[in-house]
Amino acid sequence: MAVVFKKPKALTDAPFHYCPGCPHGIIHRLVAEVIDELGIKGKAIGVAPVGCAVMAYDYFACDMIEAAHGRAPAVATGIKRCRPENVVFTYQGDGDLASIGMAETVHSAARNENITVIFVNNAIYGMTGGQMAPTSLPGQVTQTSPYGRDVNHCGWPIKVSEMLSTLEGPEFIARVAVNNVKNVNAAKKAIKKAFQNQIDGKGFSLVEVVSACPTNWGMTPQKALEWVESDMLPYYPIGVYKDRTAAKEGK
Amino acid sequence: MAERVLMKGNEAIAEAAIRAGCRHYFGYPITPQTEIAAYMAKKMPKIGGVFLQAESEVASINMVYGAAAAGMRVMTSSSSPGISLKAEGLSYIAGSDVPALVVNVQRGGPGLGGIQPSQSDYFQATKGGGHGDYRMIVLAPASVQEMASLTIKGFNLADKYLMTAMILADGTIGQMMEPISFEDAQIETYEKPWALTGTNGERKHNIVNSLYLKPDELEVKNFERYERYKTVEEKEAMWEEYMMEDAEYCVVAFGIASRVAKNAVVAARAEGIKVGLIRPITLWPFPTKPLAAAAEKVKSFISVELNMGQMIEDIRLATGCKKPVSLCNRCGGMIPSPDEVLAAIRKAQKGE
Repeated sequence: MAVVFKKPKALTDAPFHYCPGCPHGIIHRLVAEVIDELGIKGKAIGVAPVGCAVMAYDYFACDMIEAAHGRAPAVATGIKRCRPENVVFTYQGDGDLASIGMAETVHSAARNENITVIFVNNAIYGMTGGQMAPTSLPGQVTQTSPYGRDVNHCGWPIKVSEMLSTLEGPEFIARVAVNNVKNVNAAKKAIKKAFQNQIDGKGFSLVEVVSACPTNWGMTPQKALEWVESDMLPYYPIGVYKDRTAAKEGK
Repeated sequence: MAERVLMKGNEAIAEAAIRAGCRHYFGYPITPQTEIAAYMAKKMPKIGGVFLQAESEVASINMVYGAAAAGMRVMTSSSSPGISLKAEGLSYIAGSDVPALVVNVQRGGPGLGGIQPSQSDYFQATKGGGHGDYRMIVLAPASVQEMASLTIKGFNLADKYLMTAMILADGTIGQMMEPISFEDAQIETYEKPWALTGTNGERKHNIVNSLYLKPDELEVKNFERYERYKTVEEKEAMWEEYMMEDAEYCVVAFGIASRVAKNAVVAARAEGIKVGLIRPITLWPFPTKPLAAAAEKVKSFISVELNMGQMIEDIRLATGCKKPVSLCNRCGGMIPSPDEVLAAIRKAQKGE
């Protein structure tokens, strides 16, 4: 019988702990498929964050390390500077990357550190049970913004891709989504480019994946994906925000 | 005769680290340890190493964590307020059982404190600093020569016991110049099968991690770690004894304070006071053995410190509170004169 779908080799057999309907599973699979397709499983070293993906080290079959909250880009820097021949990636959420780890994010981008960053933006702190994130939308109800995010009180959500693309340093900054098949396919393409860039020595490549959190948004998985389309993507538009090589080649 | 070179204490640390095989340095500028970074910035690119100035102490210690996990001899250096910021990383490094060398060229605190020499991070270095059950090997150099030799020793011990070795120096030794030799340097190397190298398709994936959500697993991890610490306590305590053979009074001092104390001991001996000095070289493990032995014969102890008496607790524990311990101290960046220490010895002799 023809095999039409199988688990990528870059994933272990450990069952995911993620909630039903959580797109982390899709994003893990995309990263693993890319690792398989590029043939870099033996060279890859992944850095897990603190947040929902904290146990990613059990899921990816390559060498893995678990970083302190927000410090994944610094840890990845340490590894990459020691082992430039390896392919080093971080997998981080919005609280990790855009709040507590913002300094590490900005400076590793500014240094054009030759690493790949997968940034999962679901506009909420999932692991701790649904608090306001640096990317929570204006008016968004969370455990710590029970009356809706009041931008006059706690400021505006941060558009990470737009912000990082103003830096000279980084090679590639793109925002993708995983709310439908078309977007999932495009997301994989961007993730593959972000890894290929590192292999080619081009430098810091970050893919922001607009994701969903049905559990903490209080929605069904289907409704959550619709909310991504109706509310998240207008604020966080999909697109390539910086591609130095393409810009050089006049593309 | 061994070749001797004149070096600044901070530079001696940097040169010793390079000789020990350290090719990766991550740091953030802070006085009074800047010469270490400057030396590394100059040397590392010439020898195929990496010097990287991080965006913060927090980032630099996490770069150290990554590099250590990758199996490299790696170091960072800072001074007191910077070490507070590194505390998070120190805890993760301990929890992940990877080796690193961290230098603290202490300055006065708390808070922003001052930039003059101090020993006021004794508690932070020996009792914790970061969260959780863990220890660091703490080495306290008292000369530029020891800045070099203890740095090499520190790398060896860190690799041997898979933990952080901290050089707890102070601004004086960091800044002063003395002739030193690297001739006796013993570089040990250890296999690191746990390191992140990429599996190369040849083995199961390595995971460097400090998260154990199952409490029984975390407990076992901590028990195992403390078994290792026990071996360190049994085997690695280092100290110097000076004029202790017939001593009736015992001065205890480490680092730069021990240099002042030694002069005072000599002066007191000239006055006929039978006093000696025990100088802990490792602050953790604390040299319990010589202090316990001294407690059997001396009348009292005098702790000479550049802080508010942080080492006294360890002296009392080591001696089972058998004999009184008095304190002769300055702090905030002030250093006692030998006369001040001599006065403290005289007071001790009078039983004051």
